[in-house]
Amino acid sequence: MTQARQFLVSPGPHLWKGLSVSKIMYLVVIALMFPTGAAIYFFGYHALSVIGMSVGVAVATEYVCKKIRGQAFIMDGSTIVTGLLLGLILPPTISLWMVVIGAIFSIAIVKEAFGGLGHNIFNPALGGRAFMSISFTAEMTTWIKPMGFGTDAVTTATPLGESFVWSADKLSLYQAMFLGNTAGSMGETSALLILIGGGLLLGLRIINWRIPAIYIGTVALMSLAFWQDPLFHILAGGLMIGAFFMATDYVTSPLTNRGKIIFAVGVGALTVTIRQLAGMPEGVCYSILFMNAITPLIDRYTKIKPYGLVKKAESVS
Amino acid sequence: MNKLGIRLKKKGSPYGVKVPENKLTAEKPIEQPPLPEKVIIPLHQNIGAPCEAVVKRGDKVLTGQKIGDSEKYVNAPVHATVSGEITGTATVVNPPTSQLIPALVITSDGKDEWVELEPPQEPERLSVKEILDRIRAAGLVGLGGAAFPTHVKLSPPKGKRIDTVILNGCECEPYITSDYRVMMEYGEKMLSGLSIVRKVLSPERVYIAIEDNKEDAIDHIEYLITAMGRKGDFKIIPLKSKYPMGAEKILTKLILNREVPIGGLPLDVGVVVHNVSTAKAIHDAVVEGKPFVERVVTVTGAVKHPKNLLVRFGTPIGSLIDYCGGIEGNANEVILGGPMMGFSQFDLDFPTVKGTNAVLVKEGRAIREQDCISCSKCIEVCPMSLMPTTLAKYAKAGMYDDCEQFYIADCFECGACAYACPANIPIVQYIKVAKKELAKRAAKK
Repeated sequence: MTQARQFLVSPGPHLWKGLSVSKIMYLVVIALMFPTGAAIYFFGYHALSVIGMSVGVAVATEYVCKKIRGQAFIMDGSTIVTGLLLGLILPPTISLWMVVIGAIFSIAIVKEAFGGLGHNIFNPALGGRAFMSISFTAEMTTWIKPMGFGTDAVTTATPLGESFVWSADKLSLYQAMFLGNTAGSMGETSALLILIGGGLLLGLRIINWRIPAIYIGTVALMSLAFWQDPLFHILAGGLMIGAFFMATDYVTSPLTNRGKIIFAVGVGALTVTIRQLAGMPEGVCYSILFMNAITPLIDRYTKIKPYGLVKKAESVS
Repeated sequence: MNKLGIRLKKKGSPYGVKVPENKLTAEKPIEQPPLPEKVIIPLHQNIGAPCEAVVKRGDKVLTGQKIGDSEKYVNAPVHATVSGEITGTATVVNPPTSQLIPALVITSDGKDEWVELEPPQEPERLSVKEILDRIRAAGLVGLGGAAFPTHVKLSPPKGKRIDTVILNGCECEPYITSDYRVMMEYGEKMLSGLSIVRKVLSPERVYIAIEDNKEDAIDHIEYLITAMGRKGDFKIIPLKSKYPMGAEKILTKLILNREVPIGGLPLDVGVVVHNVSTAKAIHDAVVEGKPFVERVVTVTGAVKHPKNLLVRFGTPIGSLIDYCGGIEGNANEVILGGPMMGFSQFDLDFPTVKGTNAVLVKEGRAIREQDCISCSKCIEVCPMSLMPTTLAKYAKAGMYDDCEQFYIADCFECGACAYACPANIPIVQYIKVAKKELAKRAAKK
C-alpha cells in the first residue's frame, strides 16, 4: 500500500512555465552585453572600469540595503541590469568616484527606499543618472571622440550638441551614428548593437514591441513636426537604448497594452519637445522618468474591457 | 474538414497558454480494475443541494440502488456503486470548497449484484419529460469538472431559447485522457447521448469541439457520424490546442463569437455545452436505464503504469494508484483532476467522486512567491481579458470591493496567469480567497 508518505498540499496550478524573474533579468543582462561590447570597443579600458564599478557598487548596495531591511538578498539579476544600464548611459570620461555615488543612489534611494524590485516608481538607472546630471553638471556633459583602447581622449560635441559639426556627407553621418562611432554616453552610441540586444528581447518576448516601436515612431513624427530630420533624431543620443532597455522596464511602465501605447507616445513627444524647446540637448532620460511618475495614473485609466462585459449591459437594458 | 480547421485555427484564441501536454495514457485502452472492497460515497457530489441518506447502517444494498436523494430540484441523487452492506459513515473534505461532507461507507460482498434496471428504451419513444426523469434518476452530473446536475442543464428556464449545443471534447488539461478514450471507445454511445440532448433541446446547430492534438478522435468521430448517416446533424469543429480551450465560455466565444455575460452561463446566450463523457453517460442512463455508478478516470503522472480506468465512484484513490503500480520516485503530491485546475489531496482514502476525471501523482512544487514586477504576462494570457495581477494585489490587501471593480466574478480560475507568472505568485489562490470573502459578505446582506 502506498501509505505512510507525507503529501504536499499546494494551491493550483500545479505546473509552472518556469520563466522566473531572475531568468528574465539574466536574459536582459545577456542582451545588454551587445551595447556593453560597443561601449568597450569604442571607449576602451575606462568604459570597462566604469561599467564594472557601476555593477559592483550596485550589487554591494543592494546587499547592504537588504541586510538593513532584514530581508533575504537574492541575486535575481535585476541589480546587475541596473548597474549595467547606469554604466552605459554615463559619459566615457566620468570619474569612478562619481560612478560609485550614482550607483549607490540608484539602488539605495530610487529602488530600495521605495520597497525594492517591483515597488520602485522610477527606473533606478535613470534616477541615478538624473541625480548625477544635477550633481556633476560639467563631468556629465563632457564628451569625447571614440578612441578605442589607444590614443588620448579628444573632447568634442555629441550629434545633438549645439556646436556639433559634421564635415562629410550625410550618409557617412548616419553610418557613424548607426555603428556607434560618435560621441555620446558609452552604451548609447551604437544603434546597431542596441538593436541586436533589443531584438533578442523582442524575439524572446521578454519585452513588448509596443513601447520601443511607438516611442521611436512618435519621435520620428514629432521631429518632422519640428521640421527636423527624423532619422537623425532616431539615431542620435540615448533614444535607442532608452526605447529598448529603459522605457520597457516592467516595473515602471504601464500594465496594459493601451497603457503602454499612451506611455510610449508620451515619452516620444516629451523627448522631442525637450530636445527642441528646452535648454538641454537630450531629453530621453527626463521624458522616461516623467512618464514613470504618471504610470500609476495611466494604469488606473486603462482598465481592460473583460470578456462578457458589454453583453451584460445589453441584457440589463 | 481540414480547410475548416485551418480557418478556425486562424480564428483561434490569442489568449491562454501552451502547456506541455504529457498525455501519457492516450493510447492506453480503458481498463476495469477489480471491484473495491469498500467504497466511500459522499452524499454531496454535485454543485447543487446535498443529498440525505435514504438507507441506514446495516442495510443491504445492491449496485445501482439509490442511497441518497434530495427534494431540491438542483440536485442529483447518489447510488450504491457496489453491492454489500452499509457499514458506517465517514466525513470527507470536498477539495474545491473545503467543506466537510458526510459520506456512507459500503463494504462490498464481492458479488456486484445490480438492482433491477429500468427496461432499455429507444429514446425516440420517450417524451422529453421521461428522458429528463431518467437522467435525474440516474444521478447524472456534468463530467467536465463543475458537476452541475445534467437534467437541470437540459431544462433551460422559460424564455431562454437554446439554438446551439456544443459537445466539448477539448480536454485541454495536460495529462488527462479520459475524454479522449471515451471518444475513441464509446464514440457510438456518446453520439447516441448527443442525439438525446438534441431531442431535448432541439437546437438549430450541434457542434462537436475537439482540439487538434486529438486527430485520431476527430477522424474517428467524423467516421462514426458518416457511418450513422448523421452528417447533417453534427458538425465537428477542430480547435487549436491551447489551454484553457475547453472552458465553456471560451468555446462559445470562439465558435459562435458570443460572450457569456459576467456571472452568467452559456445558456444566457443560447448555448449549452456538454462534455463528451456526460453525453456517453446520458446514453447509459436513458437508453440502457443504468444508474450512474462509474466513469473513466485517468491515473497518471509518477505511477509505475499510468492507465485509463473505469472506476466505480467511492473507490479510494490510493487503491487506484496501487493498481497502477504505486507511486514512483520522490513524487509527493496527489492531485484530483488535472495539473492546472486540480486539487492537492492529502489522504489516499479519499474517494473518487462523480467530478473526478483524473488522479495525477507528481513531484510537488515549492512556491516561492516574489513581489510582482508588473511584467503583464498574466494579462497577456488571461482568456477572460482580466488583469490578474491587479486582482491578486487587491485580494492580498483585503480590498475586495476593488476586486469587484476589476470583474473578479468573471474569473473561472483556469490558472493560466499563475502558470505564466515569473514571480510565482499564486494568483488563483488569492482570487479564490477574495471570491469567498465576497460571497460571505453577499450572504450577510
